[in-house]
Amino acid sequence: MTDAKPVLRLENIVKTFPGVRALDGVSFSVMPGEVHALMGENGAGKSTLMKVLGGIHQPDGGTIFMGDDAVVMSGPLEAKAKGIVFIHQELSLAEELSVAENIYLGELPTKSLGRVDWTRLADQTNAILQKLNVGFDANTRVGDLSIANQQMVEIARALTVDAKAVIFDEPTASLTDSEKVVLFDVIADLQATNVGIIYISHRMEEIFKITDRITVLRDGQYQGTVETADSTEESVTQMMIGRTLDLSRNASHHALGEVALEVRGLSCSKHYQDVSFEVRRGEVVGFYGLVGAGRTEIAETLFGLRDPSAGQILLDGEEVRINSPADAIARGISLVPEDRKGQGLVLGMNCRDNMTLPQIDTLKAGPFVAQGAEMEIFDKYHKQLDIRTPGWKQQVGNLSGGNQQKIVIGKWLSMHPKVLIVDEPTRGIDVGSKSEIHKLLRALAAQGYAVMVISSEMPEVLHVSDRIVAMYSGRVMRTFTSEDVTEDNLIQAISGMTSEQVA
Amino acid sequence: MKPGTVSTALKSGAIWGFIILELIFFSVAGEFLSLSDKAFMDWDNMLLLLKQSAPIGIIAMGMTIVMVNGNIDLSVGATFAIAAIVLLDSMTWPIFAGLGDWVIPVAWLLALVVGTLLGALNGLIVWKTGVDAFIVTLGAMLGYRGIVFMFNGEQPTSHLNWTLVDFAEAEFLGLATASWFLLAATFVIWFVMAKTVHGRNAYAIGDNREAAVNAGIRVGPHMMINFAIIGFLAALSAVVFYSESGSVNPNDGQLYELWVITAVVLGGTKITGGAGNVIGTFGGVIAIQLLRKGLGHIGADTSTVNLVIGLILVAVLVLDRQLNMKGKEELKV
Repeated sequence: MTDAKPVLRLENIVKTFPGVRALDGVSFSVMPGEVHALMGENGAGKSTLMKVLGGIHQPDGGTIFMGDDAVVMSGPLEAKAKGIVFIHQELSLAEELSVAENIYLGELPTKSLGRVDWTRLADQTNAILQKLNVGFDANTRVGDLSIANQQMVEIARALTVDAKAVIFDEPTASLTDSEKVVLFDVIADLQATNVGIIYISHRMEEIFKITDRITVLRDGQYQGTVETADSTEESVTQMMIGRTLDLSRNASHHALGEVALEVRGLSCSKHYQDVSFEVRRGEVVGFYGLVGAGRTEIAETLFGLRDPSAGQILLDGEEVRINSPADAIARGISLVPEDRKGQGLVLGMNCRDNMTLPQIDTLKAGPFVAQGAEMEIFDKYHKQLDIRTPGWKQQVGNLSGGNQQKIVIGKWLSMHPKVLIVDEPTRGIDVGSKSEIHKLLRALAAQGYAVMVISSEMPEVLHVSDRIVAMYSGRVMRTFTSEDVTEDNLIQAISGMTSEQVA
Repeated sequence: MKPGTVSTALKSGAIWGFIILELIFFSVAGEFLSLSDKAFMDWDNMLLLLKQSAPIGIIAMGMTIVMVNGNIDLSVGATFAIAAIVLLDSMTWPIFAGLGDWVIPVAWLLALVVGTLLGALNGLIVWKTGVDAFIVTLGAMLGYRGIVFMFNGEQPTSHLNWTLVDFAEAEFLGLATASWFLLAATFVIWFVMAKTVHGRNAYAIGDNREAAVNAGIRVGPHMMINFAIIGFLAALSAVVFYSESGSVNPNDGQLYELWVITAVVLGGTKITGGAGNVIGTFGGVIAIQLLRKGLGHIGADTSTVNLVIGLILVAVLVLDRQLNMKGKEELKV
């Protein structure tokens, strides 16, 4: 690898937007057959750099080399023609069309009269699918595929062109562990064909598992490139945020209060069975398991979005039936959902209005909304949660992920809930803001809230929880306290390898 | 069997099942309620039904491709009226006086060109301004209708050319001229949508516009072509119909857009785009015409017909939603 020429080399790329120097002299190179991680907090310049590479933005300075030639990417089509292919985080597929049509979208093979050459299309597609070793064929409707397979369609699309460099942008965000394995195999196959791969991800485990080198950006500036083998999570994190991150265990030092929420033998047809646990005031209970283990469905049941098929829910020792989210809110249960942008926020509305949304009915002065009361609520949580926004009028769509999450949390705190359920609190949030959210969750518990945290990231669960409920395939496998949990026994529990079942 | 297979089969076959149901119902009910002693399912009656379906049906084929593309065209009724006026009025223009019956193809061509241009104009505005097609064609609906009234006030525009009437009333292989045009329009649009790259790109754009753009498909020109197609078909519908009747009122074609959209939606085209086909639309057109005719047959008046069709449209969409949700276990709303 040392003698080979890079397939792609960026030199001193500068890009300025009004008021911001988004990229300030960034250089890095990708060797053939290399998986090169690009890391940095949100806003560090990764997306801008990729947009420059993809021809969506033109750089104000610097040069892109492919092989020995300096190239100019005038637009997405030109980047594609030069062999630069993007696998986007948000899949961009037409669900009603077949796999083949999606792969060759925009360049369907034709016969006379502008007719589509279906035979050739199917043959070409199946040849590519065979290489990827997937379990579907060219004529499958894309909408019928799982997310992981849809991603394979995107990758197959990359293989139709003579790809020189393939860029994966957070490809594992919605994959299960077994699906990740398949993806990593495909990446390894690509590697073997001497394609250069740029891999963007926040997930350290993956980075250390599959990448050869890591380049780190911070505030638009190049922080350096390191060999993955010579680095540790701590050293990379430090490069990203310029300081060390505290990921130690964090059991409560304050006294726990009464049981706020108790669940006994709760089941919901296919999703989970016979689930029992309790959450005390002042306690953070983590729910850890694979995607599909039933954790989110439990949260949805507690929030009145699903009807349980059996079992009891007790709030403050009293059995309750929760028929709707309105019901749940009235009883003091709040849910910070997994999909912040889709389920938690009205992106086009400003910060203040998002925060007061669930109680706008009660904030009335005659027929009008009481603006003063709204401002009070906003000011209180703006300060308490340290939300960084230019002002209440800012549309939440323009805030960073971490600050958006704080708005959602603030929204529910203003309702004074007993139980706060947080589903994937830091998904898509950069490292710096992550630790702030973690601190915030701990602080809320200290103030006496009963907090349930659902997370797919082990360090996060270990870091914030007093107790951890490990789930596998719809069942509670074991409940750990912060004393008896180790990474090993936690992993065993969530992969169904343990025989100890704690009811 | 994969989940959703049953519902898919039900959905694609639903419109034909519905047609059979209508046929049975009106045949039986007609025995007791009809004033005429002719059976409802008489062959001549069915042929007449096909002919009467033509005006709405021809436009519905264009609406299918426009809706699959993710747009809608509310101006078809007004375009229909303008094309009719161009057809009938141009045959009386002094410059064409020397042409004899050759004025007929000239008048047809003029009307079709005008329709196509009006459609393309809608498409161009949608493309270049990015304004929603609903709004653009709502404006066009009012504007084009305004032009109709400016032309001749409240007066009808009439011209009878007997050669043309003979052509329009002719039958070939047992089918009326209008029926042939309906079948031809159905076939051509089916071919375009199912077989050509333009058609498949139209599906892709309607399904996921961003994906189409990312794939390098030029969305605008495709949309404009589809608007031109529906304009052409609205004009064709007018040309076929008024060749026979010879007189157009300024209100003619009003509410056609709604009938057309009803037929297309009944036929299974997704209102948000990306899915649908003209065979389903053809079924939708026949189903509506059967309902109008059948209710007439058993003695119901027009207002009843509208009420019933409205109810059925909503019922169909509710049913469709139920079928779509099966096997997905949706969250409560």
